[in-house]
Amino acid sequence: MSVAWILLMPLAGGLAAWIAGRWSDLWPRWISLGTALLHLLLLLATWGVFFAGIETGQGGWLVVYKQPWIPQLGISFHLAVDGLSLLLLLLTSFLTVLAVLTSWRSVTRSVGFFHFNLLLILTALSGVFIAFDLFLFFAFWEISLLPLYFLIGIWGYENRVYATTKFFIITQGSGLLMLLAILGLVVVHWQSTGVMTFDYLELVGTPMSKATAWWLMLGFFIAFAVKLPVVPFHTWLPDAHTQAPTAGSVALAGLVLKIGAYGMLRFVMTIFPQAAADFALAAMILAVVGILYGALLALGQTDLKRMVAYTSISHMGFVLLGIFTWNELALQGAVIIMLSHGFSAAALFMLVGDLQHRTHTREIDRFGGLWAVTPRMGGVGLFFAMASLGLPGLASFVGEFLVLLGAFRVNVPLTVLASVGLVAATIYSLWMMQKVYYGANTGEWKLDDTSGREMAIMASLIGATLWLGLYPQPVLTTSGDALAQMRQFADKARAPASRPPVKEVQGPKAMASIPPDGGRRP
Amino acid sequence: MLELLWLIPALPLLGFVVLMLAGSRLSHTEVAFVGCGSVGLSAAVTLIVGLSFMAAPPPGAAFTQTLWVWLDVDGFRPAFAFYLDALSLTMIFVVTFVGFLIHLYSVEYMMEEEGYSRFFAYMNLFVCAMLTLLLADNLMLLLLGWEGVGLCSYLLIGFFYRDEANGAAASKAFIVTRVGDTAMLMALFLLFAELGTLDIQDLLQRAGQQFQPGSGLAVVVALLLLGGAVGKSAQLPLQTWLPDAMAGPTPVSALIHAATMVTAGVYLIARTHALFMLAPQVLTLVAVIGTLTLLMAGFAALVQTDIKRVLAYSTISQIGYMFLALGVGAWSAALFHFMIHAFFKALLFLGAGAVIMCLHHEQDMYRMGGLRRLMPFTFWCFLIGSGALAAIPVVTAGFYSKDLIIWNAYNSDIGGVWLWAGALAGALLTSIYTFRMVFLTFFRDATEWVKKLLPIHQPGPCVHIPLGVLAVLSIAGGFIELPHTMGKLTLFSDFLNTALPEFHGAHASYGTEFLFELMAAAASIGGIYLVWVLVMGPARHMQRIVALPWAPPLERLWLSGWGFDRLYDVAFVQPYLWCARVNKSDFIDAFYRATAFVTEMLHFVVSLTQTGAVRWYATGIAVGAVATVGLVILL
Repeated sequence: MSVAWILLMPLAGGLAAWIAGRWSDLWPRWISLGTALLHLLLLLATWGVFFAGIETGQGGWLVVYKQPWIPQLGISFHLAVDGLSLLLLLLTSFLTVLAVLTSWRSVTRSVGFFHFNLLLILTALSGVFIAFDLFLFFAFWEISLLPLYFLIGIWGYENRVYATTKFFIITQGSGLLMLLAILGLVVVHWQSTGVMTFDYLELVGTPMSKATAWWLMLGFFIAFAVKLPVVPFHTWLPDAHTQAPTAGSVALAGLVLKIGAYGMLRFVMTIFPQAAADFALAAMILAVVGILYGALLALGQTDLKRMVAYTSISHMGFVLLGIFTWNELALQGAVIIMLSHGFSAAALFMLVGDLQHRTHTREIDRFGGLWAVTPRMGGVGLFFAMASLGLPGLASFVGEFLVLLGAFRVNVPLTVLASVGLVAATIYSLWMMQKVYYGANTGEWKLDDTSGREMAIMASLIGATLWLGLYPQPVLTTSGDALAQMRQFADKARAPASRPPVKEVQGPKAMASIPPDGGRRP
Repeated sequence: MLELLWLIPALPLLGFVVLMLAGSRLSHTEVAFVGCGSVGLSAAVTLIVGLSFMAAPPPGAAFTQTLWVWLDVDGFRPAFAFYLDALSLTMIFVVTFVGFLIHLYSVEYMMEEEGYSRFFAYMNLFVCAMLTLLLADNLMLLLLGWEGVGLCSYLLIGFFYRDEANGAAASKAFIVTRVGDTAMLMALFLLFAELGTLDIQDLLQRAGQQFQPGSGLAVVVALLLLGGAVGKSAQLPLQTWLPDAMAGPTPVSALIHAATMVTAGVYLIARTHALFMLAPQVLTLVAVIGTLTLLMAGFAALVQTDIKRVLAYSTISQIGYMFLALGVGAWSAALFHFMIHAFFKALLFLGAGAVIMCLHHEQDMYRMGGLRRLMPFTFWCFLIGSGALAAIPVVTAGFYSKDLIIWNAYNSDIGGVWLWAGALAGALLTSIYTFRMVFLTFFRDATEWVKKLLPIHQPGPCVHIPLGVLAVLSIAGGFIELPHTMGKLTLFSDFLNTALPEFHGAHASYGTEFLFELMAAAASIGGIYLVWVLVMGPARHMQRIVALPWAPPLERLWLSGWGFDRLYDVAFVQPYLWCARVNKSDFIDAFYRATAFVTEMLHFVVSLTQTGAVRWYATGIAVGAVATVGLVILL
């Protein structure tokens, strides 16, 4: 089975929606909803096939598609799906469905182009998650910027141009660093093996000097750190979120942040294992700073959406901590947080969006006592506030628990500090509940409670959060082999360094033959 | 019949789900039926399971039921599994039965309040979380119940959400206990790192093999677990949340104080007793914390004016007794006091609730008075509960449970005369503050305020039945465990000793034991007499005390619970809020803004040269050409 449909389907759907938008506002909505739903269903079916494969002992790579693109430079159209990619694809597709649904009423301007952008995000992010050629990866990475730029710039709120420009410049600048690092890596590989290639599986294990590895690793790291975002590269995020339309926030928090984490896992940790290991302590410190700093800033905000944005920074700190802890427990935890944060951040941003749609304000001080008028919305808010503070039984608890459990083996003081973040998360979550839903209804709001459509969206997210919190094993099984393989790559790439340099050349070639059948745990 | 075990927490959960999804469409009767029925059924199942457990004890005196594996990563394999032994059976028995009575009471108590179904949904979830905590086979599942209990306390304390003070009290309860929980989380990580499992029984066994008694590791683990326990059980230094927790409806206080939540810490220590026994230093610390807390809370309770606040401090104090018992190794005595305390504290809260309800939400004891004649049934029940709390000798259950602890505090190898003296002083304080409350509320002449409310609307059967049942239990409950000197009956401790280590006293003579019992009895009776004189006797006694120079500041100190709130506010809350406020706009962003600003300024400066005037351009070209040529020549 070819995997190109993962990319072609949303692209085609997006174009169709754009064209249909010339005649009707309703058509683009239905087209994109149908496309995204079909995409999701096909991915679910793929997941089923994947599970059947695991049962029969054929884990690892699911599908591979490889066509030469620019053979002179060793660039190919190399797509592959493993467990990790599959989970993130599912998340992307799922959240796109919700993003379409949440914009059903609130977006009324250039509906066709709006949905084209949404589906282009789906296309580009899917591409990011399945591209196994660094050039291709970079291309998708950059493409994903454009629709977001438009989403924020066109359908955003009062200060949208500032926000979207800031977002674009900072992420584009960091993308440049990544491009340089990719080119550097390819050149280093070319020099040591004489083969010009952008293929990830061949570049893994490229022998290089310690200093080279360090600088190249840093280039990748910063690019991904900006997306994740890691303090101090985070300041684009609150602005972008605050100004983005709800669907944009869902895409940003739910998906774009994940490509940062994905990139760290897939590239930084496997191509430069030694440099990453040397850098691990610094990265973990940055992670803990992010956890605490994000939580502190969240408490200081007066804009509800900005507050939720800062909580994202805090949560992504746990992901970074998990990735650089680099043991199975912590990595699995990081993957769970990527998913759980996708659900909870999407839900919180949609809640804020629903509130703003009704009240035309995001000022926390103007809310209060909304439970009395919108109890259902309050209940949903309560649920995701609890998810956000890491209540056991909900998704983020499993992730954070695993990350901390793994990190405790590596660095006790940082784990302790990171756990303090859980208290800080409790403080801002309860504060939000208090300010928005409890207390007296001083603003004398009279609002409609959640509609059926909104409730359906929230119910699906609540279900997903509960499922991940109570029975995450299917997800853990899915990502298990992929994570194990990454750790294998890293170990193998690290191993030749101790051998004489002549033999190093064989490393990457041996590696290239691993997929699609190999790469399983022995 | 043991296979029914999973139903015990599942039934209240089902009740919660039904009420959450359909509650707004159900009538009050239906809500009461679901809310009360789920816990009632759970109690019935507990009875069936308990009876079959006792009739035919499973091998090892424990039964494990695994529902599903939660997750399985790298050897970490916690499951949704329940573990039933004498300890957890005792606890779930109390939780379901007392919980059911409180639910029954709430049917009437909450009738007029907004959010009837929401209330029962939260209450059901509370019971479910507590049962999960008690039955958990591994520490991760225990943590699920543990945090769930915290969540429900938050939801119920802040149940009347319109008043911001309630929200603050609710958040405080959640956050303060979460501080303790973080310590407990660390304990879990450490245990897993060292022992490679979180299954409680495996853990205790491996710890016994791998930890040296008194070693640093064992001490740290025990200390961290203790951190979690003091948070949930409202012991020093994390006790501050409990007095404020009475912001919730009165049945909630009954549930928090009697059946759920605050006893979780006691349970945790009892459940992981093997770890604590490997760290004798920490065990001593437990006893010391217990003693200090029971004294501290006892003094604070002396001066409160709010009837629920008196009861709140009395809970802190009584849990202190349980901690003392745990600390001196009197495991079953701690559990015995837990059970008896659950009976009489639920009774007292529900009785106080009946009073508050009939007096139109008046909680100030000084505005009550004379209720003895106006609410006779409530009065008698409340009197029995107070007697049990004050440990009136022979007739009340509280005497047997508390006296056992006071005696063990002296008699144990770990204990000693200081702990005993503290416990005895605490007993005196208890009877003083308890009967001050009784005399102020029910005796004296009816105040003007009460007279205005005449005739008092009497509570109905849903209130009276729980009061009556609990009153009977507060008397009869004590007779299942009698001291050596009074017939020696050890039904309760024999049963618990299948799960907990036996108490090893120094085996002092019967004469000594009898003497100590007399002293405890004297403390109880003496306290009641003293307070009778002060409250009911001539006013001059009280005036003499109030006139003492140190009385007013001491009263203020005790009234504020020894000023802990203020201390924490200054030390933690305000600095944290200040940091959040000051850095609201994120100083790191200043760097990015500065970059943008500098760029814009440069643009501005450079664009100044673009004037559109030809002579400026010509001058520029000329100057540039000259400069270039000049540079070339010079260099």
